[in-house]
Amino acid sequence: MNAMGLLRIRKFANSLSAVLLCAISLVITCSQPANALPAFARKYGLRCSACHESWPMLNYFGQKFKDNGYQLMNDRDAPIWQNPGYWPVTFRMTPIWHRVSTGKVLVDSTGGVDSAVQRVETSGFDLSGLDLHTGGTLEKNFSFFLLPSSDNTGAFHFETVMARLDNLFGSPYLNIKLGKFELDNLLSEKRILTLTGNGGIYQLYHFIPVGDGNIFGQMGDNQLGVEVMGHSNNDRTRYSAAILSSVDGTPGLTYGSNAYSGFFTGSQAFDTGKLGVQRIGAYAFVGEAPTSWLTSGGPTGYLPGSGIGNKNFSREGFVGQFYFGQHLDLQVVTQHGSDSAWFGQGYGDVIDAVAPNNNTPGTTLPPGSRNPTWNGVLFEPHYVYSPQLIFIGRYETIRMSQQSTPGTPSTLGNISTYTIGYRYNPFMTSRAGFAWHNEYNWLHQDGTGPSLGLNTANINTSELLIGFDFDF
Amino acid sequence: MQTTLRKWSLWLGAAAFLALPLASRAQLASDQLKVWEAAPGSVSHIGNITGHAKDAAADYRRYCVGCHGELGDGNGEVAQWLLPPTWPKPRNFQLGIFKCRSTPSGTLPTDEDLFDTIARGMDRSAMPQWSTFTKQQRADLVAWVKHFSPRWANEKPGDPIKIPPEPEVTPERIKAGRDVFARVQCWKCHGVQGMANGPSAATLTDDLGAPIAAFNFTEGARPKCGDTDQDIYRIFMTGLDGTPMPSFSDNIKPDEAWDLVFYLRTLQPHNAFNMKERQIAKQLGLKPINPNAPTQ
Repeated sequence: MNAMGLLRIRKFANSLSAVLLCAISLVITCSQPANALPAFARKYGLRCSACHESWPMLNYFGQKFKDNGYQLMNDRDAPIWQNPGYWPVTFRMTPIWHRVSTGKVLVDSTGGVDSAVQRVETSGFDLSGLDLHTGGTLEKNFSFFLLPSSDNTGAFHFETVMARLDNLFGSPYLNIKLGKFELDNLLSEKRILTLTGNGGIYQLYHFIPVGDGNIFGQMGDNQLGVEVMGHSNNDRTRYSAAILSSVDGTPGLTYGSNAYSGFFTGSQAFDTGKLGVQRIGAYAFVGEAPTSWLTSGGPTGYLPGSGIGNKNFSREGFVGQFYFGQHLDLQVVTQHGSDSAWFGQGYGDVIDAVAPNNNTPGTTLPPGSRNPTWNGVLFEPHYVYSPQLIFIGRYETIRMSQQSTPGTPSTLGNISTYTIGYRYNPFMTSRAGFAWHNEYNWLHQDGTGPSLGLNTANINTSELLIGFDFDF
Repeated sequence: MQTTLRKWSLWLGAAAFLALPLASRAQLASDQLKVWEAAPGSVSHIGNITGHAKDAAADYRRYCVGCHGELGDGNGEVAQWLLPPTWPKPRNFQLGIFKCRSTPSGTLPTDEDLFDTIARGMDRSAMPQWSTFTKQQRADLVAWVKHFSPRWANEKPGDPIKIPPEPEVTPERIKAGRDVFARVQCWKCHGVQGMANGPSAATLTDDLGAPIAAFNFTEGARPKCGDTDQDIYRIFMTGLDGTPMPSFSDNIKPDEAWDLVFYLRTLQPHNAFNMKERQIAKQLGLKPINPNAPTQ
């Protein structure tokens, strides 16, 4: 083999490594186990389509079922009414082929280590992680949900662990949930219809400004806490209020002491005749998280659980679910986000090495530091040809409105992304779900690529994904 | 090499992207569906809302077909697993016989009756409360349900029965209701304490021969056709067609029917409707009837 051949192999290997690293980090950080439960369909004899616009996304009836604590309220919800052979377990997995194209990956070249950038493209067959859902009722008005979930190497963690007291005092307006659970997002990331690395999450639910050390405001992640929620009998009116540990869902009190957040939602739906039911609502995620950490054994030996010096953050916005007849709907979420200037300056989660700085006594912020703020919106239209075939689109954009450090380019960290795809279910029964899934995602972020003398350091990535999404 | 791979993968993706939706169309179009859509009288009227059967086809397929079946005959894929009396079989719409009506026994229900049933659901069955639907959706589904049965082409719904204003609850009325309970032999199915354990309870079958349970007043469940006093009154007077529960409109006077409503409330555990009745029963020291006693 000649020198040119060796160079090409090395280049390809480097490129592949970079892409694999990207892919693995995406899978680990962004995989979103979804709740689509043939176990419930089997229990009640309802087809997937009864509760899902297209599984796993809920329709209004499915949302009501969930709000009732996975109960139909037909006096047959308690397990005592089930055949003893029934076991409420569902698994879900997604074998796929995908092609990922990542722009501006640092690569070695004749100029030295990381001396060049280039686009890296790779394709191949792959797997999602495995979700093992089990949930339902322990007794009438006592609900539970467990979700051990793995990444695609089989490493498991608990995505959801919760028990819920339903319809307290006979009122649907009072339900209490304790454990690790999905926040009450009307447009649920756990029920997202798309699967690609960047399109399989809502960017709006995870956005963190460049250089910001706050991981605790990610409303797409399941969180640990207690939630009170309520709804009217027909679910037109809904509210929820949750008190959460500011740990981004990580058990073991790894982060700060006495750091809590709150997540609050309210929404109202309206019957608009042939158009359908329209819902509008609002949410607010407000809280505080640590920036100051004790150390042991040196300045970088951060002690888990020692975080203090809590600083504030907030995410708030509106949600709309608009239906235009039987086939077309549009989901909209807006967000205004703000972090304390301390987070913006790189203080925050040192445990996961997200934040580079420790707010030790006497620390002061650089002059002129400000709270980073941003605004975002996502639009997600669906065309439901039938319960078996749905076309999906999404456009998200997030724009920084104020950078923490004066003089920082105003567009640094801005994100634009769109996703298109469809899911086709060749059959629709009450026993299992199977979807042929096709999707394309494109994402652009300003200023986060290696510049290396280029005019812009923007990154474009794209992914094409084809696969089977099934659960039983 | 990489260019070839890229082209190949893009073409593969594009082809896959387009192929299956086109193939799906054949499966989604059902000739049978078109036949049913074209059936006469496939319209409903709920107040100022007009429902059209053709507009309900998608909703029926999405929500209802698993139990009630493509042909509305109650033989959906799930029906085989619904084992009476715990899980009553799905309704066969082709027969045009419905439990919950405001109309006399043997007649067709009104559109409003079906409309209300869809939202209310049927407790102690697999029929959920579809209260999240819009009124238009429900009206369309009523039309869809109706078009399965030729009865609607040949008959008109009965006139809703008249329900007189509800009188004041008194100890005398509750005692009178207890007498009615004994006289018309409600206890034979429902038991002397309303526990669905009367001497006939174990032998009850519906019109299709499937076992069926009498209503147990003591377990806190909602009656299938509604839980207000008016709903219970209506059940006596219209009966539940297709079940052993007859209409008592020929045996019970309206005043007696109210008495019976008040007495039955005393058998139920505490709920939103029976606080006064239970208080009176407690003050009276009301005991269950004795069917063997000469008079009650």
